[in-house]
Amino acid sequence: MSPDAWQVTWFTAWVAVTSTLCILPPGLALAWLLARRNWPGKSIVETLVALPLVIPPVATGLILLKLFGRHGFIGRWLEETLGVEVVFTWKAVVLATAVMSFPLLVRTARVAFENVNPRVEHVARTLGAGPWRVFWTITLPLARSGVIAGAVLAFARALGEFGATVMVAGFIPGKTETLSLSIYHLVQLGRDGEALGLLAVSVALAFGAVWFSERMLRKAVA
Amino acid sequence: MNLEIARLRLPLAAFVLELDAVLQSRVTGLFGASGAGKTSLLETIAGLRRPTAGHISLDGMVLTDVGEGIFLPPEARGIGFVPQDGALFTHLDVRGNLSFSQRVRTHPARTAPTFEHVVEVLNLGPLVARRIGSLSGGEKQRVAFGRALLAAPQLLLLDEPLASLEVELRDQIISYLRRIRDEFKIPMLLVSHNADEMVALCDEVLVLETGRCIRRGPAAELFRPSPRPHHVLAKPVERAPFA
Repeated sequence: MSPDAWQVTWFTAWVAVTSTLCILPPGLALAWLLARRNWPGKSIVETLVALPLVIPPVATGLILLKLFGRHGFIGRWLEETLGVEVVFTWKAVVLATAVMSFPLLVRTARVAFENVNPRVEHVARTLGAGPWRVFWTITLPLARSGVIAGAVLAFARALGEFGATVMVAGFIPGKTETLSLSIYHLVQLGRDGEALGLLAVSVALAFGAVWFSERMLRKAVA
Repeated sequence: MNLEIARLRLPLAAFVLELDAVLQSRVTGLFGASGAGKTSLLETIAGLRRPTAGHISLDGMVLTDVGEGIFLPPEARGIGFVPQDGALFTHLDVRGNLSFSQRVRTHPARTAPTFEHVVEVLNLGPLVARRIGSLSGGEKQRVAFGRALLAAPQLLLLDEPLASLEVELRDQIISYLRRIRDEFKIPMLLVSHNADEMVALCDEVLVLETGRCIRRGPAAELFRPSPRPHHVLAKPVERAPFA
């Protein structure tokens, strides 16, 4: 592989890991709230979370562009208060992949939390553990296979993200260039051979991630 | 022990659980058919359910008082709860289950029995290193008892501890429960729909029906031995109306 191809592969893997790590805390918190609590607006939040799965990724990207752009509601605030620019930088790539993979993590982790018998958590309370301790010592360890599977699925989704990323981060070689953007670009230029090389890398990474995730899910069911 | 339950009201799916009782026996039985509200009552005492009205206190400590807005969380009550299936932590081995309360406790406990003492009384020695999945029903039940005891409870709530066991195992578990009662001097509240268990273990029995206590008395008086293998609930004595 050429040095460029290595760089793109490395950047893509780094983005996928970073976005997965970023969505883990809010994703697990939301999954737990959906699994264990009833609150007003729950069904609306449930629908909102699932939305990136069903609307075209390009549309999600456009929404992010409008929100995080220089004139966007969040983008302007970020720039004025923190001096942070998001769109057309690596941060936009992480943002797009995070939003696109969030539903996969939340839905898988939610099922994993729902499968933990509440009675076991109740007993842990009577043994002296507060709610927070119960989560860390009982709920999360018992749901771990499902939670890991969800995180791996989110990682795999992040590896292949295209539509939302291209809208909000553009295609800037060496800056926002991921595997999928690169493949598309190479095909456009007629360099199919190089594109196929990157394709093989993508398939290998995604195959490994999904295989691992399936293994974890099977363990969770067993 | 002095467990006071006053004007308790807990709406359930089919009826409202209502109870007014002061319990002072070493082992009190809650007897009744499935769905009579027995388990819900245990959960309310343990702090796992919030009643809509009433007051519960244990040895002078207020656990729940709806009027005063007091509701002690389960972890602060010092009440052990062993549900029907034991609800063991399958991600930990037997030792991890037994020592769980010592690792997580945030509230100061009364003097706990030692690990060795509990292991000896319940004969858990050979099981300590085992995985939960490899235990038999009776072994699981003993581990669940031991785990609850090591949290140093002031009161032990047992929900149908024998229901899921084969008949031959029941006598064995009953003798373990007697040992718990005598060795650790922890008062117990025992839920069952089996009269034999009530007679074998309880000093006093409350009979619940659709959420109300319909009768109460010493186990030996409530359940009359019958020619059939099981005890039957004795009929209340008909009193002659005043002339």
